[in-house]
Amino acid sequence: MEWSEYVKPLMQGAWITVQLTVYSTILGAICAFAFGIGKLSSNWAIKGFSVAYIEIFRGTSLLVQLFWLYFALPIAGDAIGINLRLPPVAAGVLALGLNIGAYGAEVVRGAIQSVRYSQYEAAKALNFSSRQALWRIALPQAIPEMMPAFGNLAVQNLKDTALASLISLGDLAFAAERIRNFTQDSTTVYTMILFMYFGMALVVAGLMRLLERAVGRWRTVGH
Amino acid sequence: MLFGFTWDTSHGELAFAISILPILLMGLLVTIEASIAGFAVAMVLGLIFAVLKGAPSRFISWPATFITEFFRDTPLLVQLFFLYYVLADHGVILPAFLTGCLALGVQYSAYTAEVYRAGIEAVPKGQSEAARALDFSPLHTFTHIILPQAIPRVVPAFGNYLVSIMKDVPVLSVVTVLEMLGVAKIIGDQTFDYMVPLTMVGGIYLILTIVCSGVVRYVDMKLPKTGIPLK
Repeated sequence: MEWSEYVKPLMQGAWITVQLTVYSTILGAICAFAFGIGKLSSNWAIKGFSVAYIEIFRGTSLLVQLFWLYFALPIAGDAIGINLRLPPVAAGVLALGLNIGAYGAEVVRGAIQSVRYSQYEAAKALNFSSRQALWRIALPQAIPEMMPAFGNLAVQNLKDTALASLISLGDLAFAAERIRNFTQDSTTVYTMILFMYFGMALVVAGLMRLLERAVGRWRTVGH
Repeated sequence: MLFGFTWDTSHGELAFAISILPILLMGLLVTIEASIAGFAVAMVLGLIFAVLKGAPSRFISWPATFITEFFRDTPLLVQLFFLYYVLADHGVILPAFLTGCLALGVQYSAYTAEVYRAGIEAVPKGQSEAARALDFSPLHTFTHIILPQAIPRVVPAFGNYLVSIMKDVPVLSVVTVLEMLGVAKIIGDQTFDYMVPLTMVGGIYLILTIVCSGVVRYVDMKLPKTGIPLK
């Protein structure tokens, strides 16, 4: 088989990888903001839950989380009489999103905490409620600070999607493994997908830099 | 049966958990060995890349920058497969464990190279100027002036990468390295109970990373911020 014949199956795998990356990054962003803000909450239940989420998902290996969701969760579901058998796509997106979201939550928390205290004092002086102070004062200043770290996490997430091939999800790494099994031509296939992942990572990094520039104008003057 | 230990599936979950704990701990030992070996490779390769990236000639620094970017932006799993299958195709047959440590080292060398550079660049320029004024040789300046001041700045970052490597070791199970998650998966495959072994692996990981992060923070706190004399 010529290397050009590998392109089509690899592109199909790459498309799955792209979808997996997009969905899990969106889920991760939602988790990052929800639990990053939650960790700063004065309500101890919300704070405790957020801290537990962040510690569990940052403290264990992604592959462990993926296997747990795919292999162990159905058994836990059986024990309580609910069908929790997730299709590979759902388990993959869930594990990747929750994992990257935990790392993102720490970024969100750090950026919000780095907003100067005088900003909150000014908000209070202008009679903003604490919710308004968060949404209108703290977050618009904090989000541009989060972007470089988010860019790294998005690339990290793209790389992590390769692990989803281990729960038989037909992504790029899985497609390559199948071709290798079929042709034994590992040098060509793995060189090709290394460069494909590299190319996708450059695209993700570029997109995140565009986003960074777009939110950069929220920065206050003279900050 | 694994590593000479048998599991007990007939006396409930707790008995099962207790019976597989020694097996998982054997796996944990492999996980820790692989993390340390992978970290050692990353430290050495990272230093080489850091030096090459800082080279005055562009013909050296640009390729070095490209290579580290490439290592950083491609998945560990694919790098591992590449090393495992492609090296074997060309007659270099390494044991799975060594291949795994090499892959971990290659992936993380891109990160450690940045840490080295940041640590060295964070030492004020006046220090090397003063050393030159005092007629220190460049090597002497590096080992006795720059490095001692750079170490306290890089130790926390390296510690965090060691913890990250630990969390990436389970990927090695795909090339038949029997680390903790691989062991748990085998137990699950044979007993059809994935819940107990996988949850235990998660718990052990959580303890491991919390302890290691605590150690890193403690070392960071105890290190003298002004530098460590190397004599």
